[in-house]
Amino acid sequence: MITIKKHTNEQVLTRRLFTLLVSVFMSPVYGRLLMLIIIASVWQSIAWYVNSADFPSLFIIIESFIYHFFQGDMLINLSVTLTRVLLSFTIAMILGVIIGILMGISKRLNQLSDTLLIIVLNIPALVTILLCYIWFGLVESAAILAVVINKIPTVVVMIREGARVVDEDLLSVAKVYKLSLSKTFFSVFLPQLYPYIMASARAGLSLIWKIVLVVELLGRSDGVGFALNTLFQFFDIAGILAYTFAFISIVLVIENLIFRPLDKLIARGVHHDRA
Amino acid sequence: MIELDIAIKNKYYANSAAVVLKDIEFTVKPGEFIAIIGPSGSGKTTLLNMLSGLEDATGQKLLCNSKELNGGEEYQLGYVFQQPRLMPWLTVKQNLQLVLPTAQNQKIETLLTQVGLAGKGDYYPKQLSGGMQRRVAIARAFAVNPELILLDEPFNSLDAPTAAKLRLLLVSLCKSCGSTVIFVTHDLSEAIYLADRIIFMSNSPSSIIHQVCVDLPKPRKESGSAELAWQAKLMAQYPKILSGSIATD
Repeated sequence: MITIKKHTNEQVLTRRLFTLLVSVFMSPVYGRLLMLIIIASVWQSIAWYVNSADFPSLFIIIESFIYHFFQGDMLINLSVTLTRVLLSFTIAMILGVIIGILMGISKRLNQLSDTLLIIVLNIPALVTILLCYIWFGLVESAAILAVVINKIPTVVVMIREGARVVDEDLLSVAKVYKLSLSKTFFSVFLPQLYPYIMASARAGLSLIWKIVLVVELLGRSDGVGFALNTLFQFFDIAGILAYTFAFISIVLVIENLIFRPLDKLIARGVHHDRA
Repeated sequence: MIELDIAIKNKYYANSAAVVLKDIEFTVKPGEFIAIIGPSGSGKTTLLNMLSGLEDATGQKLLCNSKELNGGEEYQLGYVFQQPRLMPWLTVKQNLQLVLPTAQNQKIETLLTQVGLAGKGDYYPKQLSGGMQRRVAIARAFAVNPELILLDEPFNSLDAPTAAKLRLLLVSLCKSCGSTVIFVTHDLSEAIYLADRIIFMSNSPSSIIHQVCVDLPKPRKESGSAELAWQAKLMAQYPKILSGSIATD
């Protein structure tokens, strides 16, 4: 009798523990935190196991981060790189969206420029960067141009798809009610492209900051790319990881502060349940 | 007030040799309520699209007050499509505001009250039921003070009570607005309830097979005895008229 009762108590306890674990996994904030802890502990265990300067432990990385942050040029390098990223991102998005829309709505223009698009899409990023530096010199504008040229085609491809499948029915509403061109564009046409613009912006940011680093490594004397190159020459692996960690954190902040709220704004009216 | 004079000789489908409309000739008096009935695929929507300028009408005679219908002459047009076609990213109020040239909050509120959607102005279309969305679409059509209003089976796929409510709404809005109305449907009793005149169309390539004035006093009743008797008389005369034929056997 008593044993059975004890057994049930254990069962209840296990079940409670299980539900707790599930709820932790399911809740967005704790789930993410838990994932971070798991990644960190896996890294730390490998570092202990390998026990080599080539695979620094978390503590050494944090130490290096603090050193570079307070005594090195990390802040300057980060802000320089971030400026380049945002500048080339903005230019590439604006041009890409305009070209994408034009190619999406005009069959003729699409036929004319489709080959060019495929060519540009497939030129290796490195080649564009080298050519820009050779033709325009090792200057800031050449660096930005190289990144923009690399990014534009991917934006164009995505926006063009969006512009192709624009809902004709909604456009006919605009026509029947004789809406002005700007009203038709901003209230009827463009909102249909928001999801596509959002997707290409997301994919764009991660692509661009990777290219920016290569650009900096090859021909600039500041920025994260330059710093990484220097650290590499001293085999300062902890420093390289500290920089990586810093930059990823910035991208995460951008994601949470800009993209998530924008997502919500765009989803208005689309994912509602019926009242 | 608007009167229409329409003569369509041959209207082809875009990029094809198939004729949709053939020898369609009719006139619409100012303020008249016309119902067009025809089997599905008989080009009724094409006809409305031609009148609204969505479909190419070159070479056809479409006159509005003796002037070219879509020749730049400014007249207010309201169009209620088969689907509500509301912008999903705009609230109900913003959807109505979209078709108005200036901000007219007062007018929008009045219209929403008229269609029974007071207080729903800040909802997004997806938050509303199908019937409510159609009411918004009707409100949008009347928001522009239309001189001509086109309705393309607006009460299709609604449950009977909702459809009846919306028909009542349509009657009162038309009365207050005084617009000329062209109403496409495949429901004869609906046409009898609403229209001054009914135009019957044949199968594709469609032409007009019969026109009849509904000489019943207004306001009419949904399936009232006079209305039912009128319908029965018509059906006895032309048993196949709803499938696009005036053959009697």
